[in-house]
Amino acid sequence: MMLPMGRPMREVFGETVSRLADDDPRIVMLDGDLGSSTKADIFEHAHPDRFLQMGIAEQNMIGVAAGMATMGLMPFISTFVSFAVVRPLDQVRVQVAQTGANVKLTAGYAGLFTGMAGKTHHIVDDISIMRAMPGMITISPADDVEMDRVLRWAAAYDGPVYVRIVRDATQRLFADDHRFELNRAMVVREGSDVTLISTGAQTPRTVDAAELLAGDGISAHVVHLATLKPLDVDGIVACAERTGRVVTVEEHTIVGGLGGAVAETLGEHRPTPMRRIGFEDIYTESAPNDALLDLYGLSARRVAERVREITWES
Amino acid sequence: MTVVAGGVDGAEIEHLEELARRIRVEIIRTVNHAQVGHLGGPLSAADILGALYFRVLRIRPDEPHWASRDRFILSKGHSSLVQYAAMALRGYFPVTELRTFDSPGSRLQGHPDMKLLPGIDMSTGSLGMGLSAGLGMALASRFTDVDPRVYVLLGDGECQEGQVWEAAMVAARYGADNLVAIVDHNKLQQYGWPGDSVDVRLPPQEPDELVAKWSAFGWRVLETDGHEMRALVAALEATAQTRGRPTVVIAHTVKGRGVSYMEGDYRWHSKPIDPEEFALAMRELGEAQP
Repeated sequence: MMLPMGRPMREVFGETVSRLADDDPRIVMLDGDLGSSTKADIFEHAHPDRFLQMGIAEQNMIGVAAGMATMGLMPFISTFVSFAVVRPLDQVRVQVAQTGANVKLTAGYAGLFTGMAGKTHHIVDDISIMRAMPGMITISPADDVEMDRVLRWAAAYDGPVYVRIVRDATQRLFADDHRFELNRAMVVREGSDVTLISTGAQTPRTVDAAELLAGDGISAHVVHLATLKPLDVDGIVACAERTGRVVTVEEHTIVGGLGGAVAETLGEHRPTPMRRIGFEDIYTESAPNDALLDLYGLSARRVAERVREITWES
Repeated sequence: MTVVAGGVDGAEIEHLEELARRIRVEIIRTVNHAQVGHLGGPLSAADILGALYFRVLRIRPDEPHWASRDRFILSKGHSSLVQYAAMALRGYFPVTELRTFDSPGSRLQGHPDMKLLPGIDMSTGSLGMGLSAGLGMALASRFTDVDPRVYVLLGDGECQEGQVWEAAMVAARYGADNLVAIVDHNKLQQYGWPGDSVDVRLPPQEPDELVAKWSAFGWRVLETDGHEMRALVAALEATAQTRGRPTVVIAHTVKGRGVSYMEGDYRWHSKPIDPEEFALAMRELGEAQP
């Protein structure tokens, strides 16, 4: 039985930050002319005085946020990953990360689901970039429930946090009693033959893949790694030890992202046979969401196939 | 437009001029000691920093995190030495600490670091970023119970960065009249475009280009001689009268000002100084003992 659909993470972003701002006067929203897409417009309706349009000028927006943070405010950023990470990367590094600014880089349109915008908007190396940046907490929530918990956690944390927000509705993994803990590799399905490690909205699809694999007699252990930085080294090692085989599955490049992080960790602490599923050093194309997931081998069916096809030595 | 001076007596002007001279002396002593660091840009901005730190800014050196202080951002962060010299003379830290500049463990990094040195309101280094942070501080006063004025010093070469104009556009949009940009218009950048020969480098802008640009972006534009203390103070203080839009003070300066052989020579942007050059610089700045 496949996991049900949840609500779009971006709507939860607009609603949860609005609610947080009800009780926290430090919160302001800076928008890079995308509020109607990121759903920061929900915040604007709730708190019009604390919604600041910054125009199509993202480098400035990041600097403004850093300046505001020095005055005790807690700015949330409303734009796409492409314009929160890649376009203003030097501003994020110098003005936010190096100063430890209490800025929340809440970036929409993570991964492939960009309304068919194609490769300019498919930023599939943001985890690789952000986890290499000292001081930048990097979180990729699995579903709408976890998105809410992560935003609440971020607002309680004093420092820079990067949160990946998906545009369209994705599958719901967690129940309402889900608790987010920073830096925790979370087992979401028990198994014994192979460990599948996923992050973000890929995790529910990977859980479904495990269900398909079970039908073939393969028992997959599934781990959700929402926090990419810092990294739960002990948790990763423990789940590798459990099965002796690891496959990382991410809607992201396999270079330096989740797969890279797990490979680095296991290589140093517990060498374990592993494979990385994700984008293999390519630029992606625009197409409907389901077609993209199949094309790049990330739908539940395709993940199950790819795991099944792996020939493990010994 | 230019502003006529008023309200500052002659003795204070002389005092500020003397402080600017001492800032220059400390810049050159520090570069001589470290045998590294920028000279041309710090020297062109010495009078501006003197006017700010000893007259214009509402600050408390013994309470650097005082919430209501005015903010100052050195967006041309590679000129850090002029800020360090001004801060040391103002009492933020001992003048002797300048000798640690750029050495391991020093709070005086090549570019100003707010995490290390109390009194630095924003870390800078990559050009073009300071005005955005200053705008953030200026806008933040609408949500907090403090009401600082925010001063950001930019280089004229730095004004080639696109982010400067993003910030200029948004600041005007919000009518941020508590925000002041100061351009150290010394007419040289590190290397720049070649002139009649490759040994002659052109100014970063055409004459009056900066006035036209800032005006077009909706800013109130004041021009002043950036080395004439009375005019400089008048211009900086006139910014407080602006309503409904931000102000830029375009300070016409000379790169390397105060040392004859450095003035107007792009090669002194950043370079070590030899003993003879050092002695001559000290003599020209009126220091009997180097």
